[in-house]
Amino acid sequence: MMDTRKQMEDEPAAAPDAFFPGELGPGPAWLQSVRQRARGRLGQIGFPTVRDEEWRFTNMAPLLQWPLHAAQSDGRPIGPAEVKPFRLAGQGHCLVFVDGFFRPDLSVLPGRGAALQAGSLRAQLEANPRELEQHLGCHAGFDTHYFTALNTAFFQDGAFISVPADAIIEKPVQLLYLAASGRPGAAVHARNLILVHGGGSLKVIETYASLTEAAHLTNAVTEVSLGPGARLEHCRLQNENERAFHVAAVQAVQGRGSHWLSHSIATGARLARNQIQTLLNAEGAEAILNGLFLARDGQLMDHHTVVDHAQPHCESHEFYHGILAGRSHGVFNGKIFVRPNAQKTNAKQTNRNLVLSENAVMDTKPQLEIFADDVKCTHGATVGQLNGEALFYLRSRGLDAAQARRLLIRAFADGVVERVTLAPVREHLEQLLTARFQGLER
Amino acid sequence: MLEICNLSAGVDGREILKGLSLSVAAGEVHAIMGPNGSGKSTLAGVLAGRAEYAVTGGSVTFNGGSLLELKPEERARAGVFLAFQYPVEIPGVNSTVFLKAALNECRKARGEPELDAVEFLSLVRQKTRLLELDPALLSRAVNEGFSGGEKKRNEIFQMAILEPKLAILDETDSGLDIDALKVVAEGVNKLRRPDNATLVITHYQRLLNYIIPDFVHVLIAGQIVKSGGKELALELEERGYDWLLEAAAANEKT
Repeated sequence: MMDTRKQMEDEPAAAPDAFFPGELGPGPAWLQSVRQRARGRLGQIGFPTVRDEEWRFTNMAPLLQWPLHAAQSDGRPIGPAEVKPFRLAGQGHCLVFVDGFFRPDLSVLPGRGAALQAGSLRAQLEANPRELEQHLGCHAGFDTHYFTALNTAFFQDGAFISVPADAIIEKPVQLLYLAASGRPGAAVHARNLILVHGGGSLKVIETYASLTEAAHLTNAVTEVSLGPGARLEHCRLQNENERAFHVAAVQAVQGRGSHWLSHSIATGARLARNQIQTLLNAEGAEAILNGLFLARDGQLMDHHTVVDHAQPHCESHEFYHGILAGRSHGVFNGKIFVRPNAQKTNAKQTNRNLVLSENAVMDTKPQLEIFADDVKCTHGATVGQLNGEALFYLRSRGLDAAQARRLLIRAFADGVVERVTLAPVREHLEQLLTARFQGLER
Repeated sequence: MLEICNLSAGVDGREILKGLSLSVAAGEVHAIMGPNGSGKSTLAGVLAGRAEYAVTGGSVTFNGGSLLELKPEERARAGVFLAFQYPVEIPGVNSTVFLKAALNECRKARGEPELDAVEFLSLVRQKTRLLELDPALLSRAVNEGFSGGEKKRNEIFQMAILEPKLAILDETDSGLDIDALKVVAEGVNKLRRPDNATLVITHYQRLLNYIIPDFVHVLIAGQIVKSGGKELALELEERGYDWLLEAAAANEKT
């Protein structure tokens, strides 16, 4: 029998132009030069293969066989009825993107004169690009990240959110990305920029979902800049259809005393690669990286996180939980960098994985690179099954095996869900997880 | 109520129970005593349905039906309760949620209506008083962060809620100080009824000062070698197990 992995590795990486033909995305001259640089990187980086250390377990090669094309509306009208089931923010604002195109008619936008700015990035680039120049394309590095470079060169639109200094925005803002095209191979490079200026506070929910069962590619990049004392709760919910490939990069840059609470909850896509990164760039910054994935038959869920302690007296706490059922594959790679002057760093990383099936595989790797001496860094990774003694205990009180398993799986997920402060998101996750746990209990 | 007949069982091919017979009627308290390794916990595990034990011979009849064919949860619903020697901590599973679900499963099996949240909480309040258990513990995860004494009291509290027909107390006295022991014993005594029975498994006689057994059985090397009334426990306290061990060894040789 032929070794398929070997065969794939020997295949030459497709040239980026063949992989993704087309003009660079729109924008002013400074952005065009960033886009050109990004496109230039594509050829040098090369399409990722499993020979690259960063992509060892995550094989993107199937994408090269797809009839990839820039997503377009396929003419099927998408109205409020299609959007409603995905709305989470309650009374908050919502920016809706269908196949990557901003739909103001389906969105709930802040009024004129409101402190909060939230709308289309493309529109902002046309109307008032100046504020963007020092952020857009500056935070999410594309020198070594193929998909981030691809996004930077070709993104058409996305969300721009800006919170002025000292403004506390109570109601969450939801970014809702719906893949609606029925034609397989549609690709969307979504680009989001979230700015919270000094002392400001914001909650953002990014939702990615599919309206059809057609294979599609989402390649989303979110850049976050937090000024001194700024706070952001950032919740990423990815529940795309199980033919989709989902690639995400989130890069936060945190100012003095800022606070970033990041959630990445992944239940969808055939292959999901999430790169969640923060740069703790001034004293007293704190980041909490909270994550949960639930993989079932045929799914691959990959989280790569980077917490970069560049300055002293910063804290990071990372909790990632994975649940694997059926023939699924989970990947976790958690990097923590502590730079030479980042004394008094307190960094903590926990990765726990619950494997429910003999056919599931979990690869987990903590990666700590510490160049300062007066620091506290801990990490722990576990891969295990449900606790047999706990199962027996629950059953010995009258719960059947399925109920007992469900309770224990649920408890495992709840550790992560409880860190979400947004009640509508928690309620949504309750329902989603309950539905997803049906059938996993055996 | 419980008829154990010539029961043999073991783990990993090693036989631990070697033809054990015991008969327990409703309203009775039986104590099983024995030195370490005699098979006491194996007996408790086999009765509760622990998967790691393989039954190699004999039968167990509970209220007329074969117990050994039932799954652990079916035994619980039929009225068998095991108070664990080492109650497991289950992070993330709320005590109250779990116990309400368990009780309602048992009630359904008995053909009784399920309790709603209000009815359940009033039952809980009543039973926590009985065990002098801090109700705040029940808002926590099952046994998580409980002290040794709290865990054991929680076992008896669960028993009070589930109202089993047969309660098996596996070394419930181990790790308890004298005050906690009295509270636990008091709880067990209050739960005694003419239609239920209790099997107290213990190494020491101490617990039997507070839970007065009707019968005492000595388990050695997987068999009951001596049975008697409550005075047998006192005799064991005084003389230890050696005289019975010697007798058992002599018996085995012949």
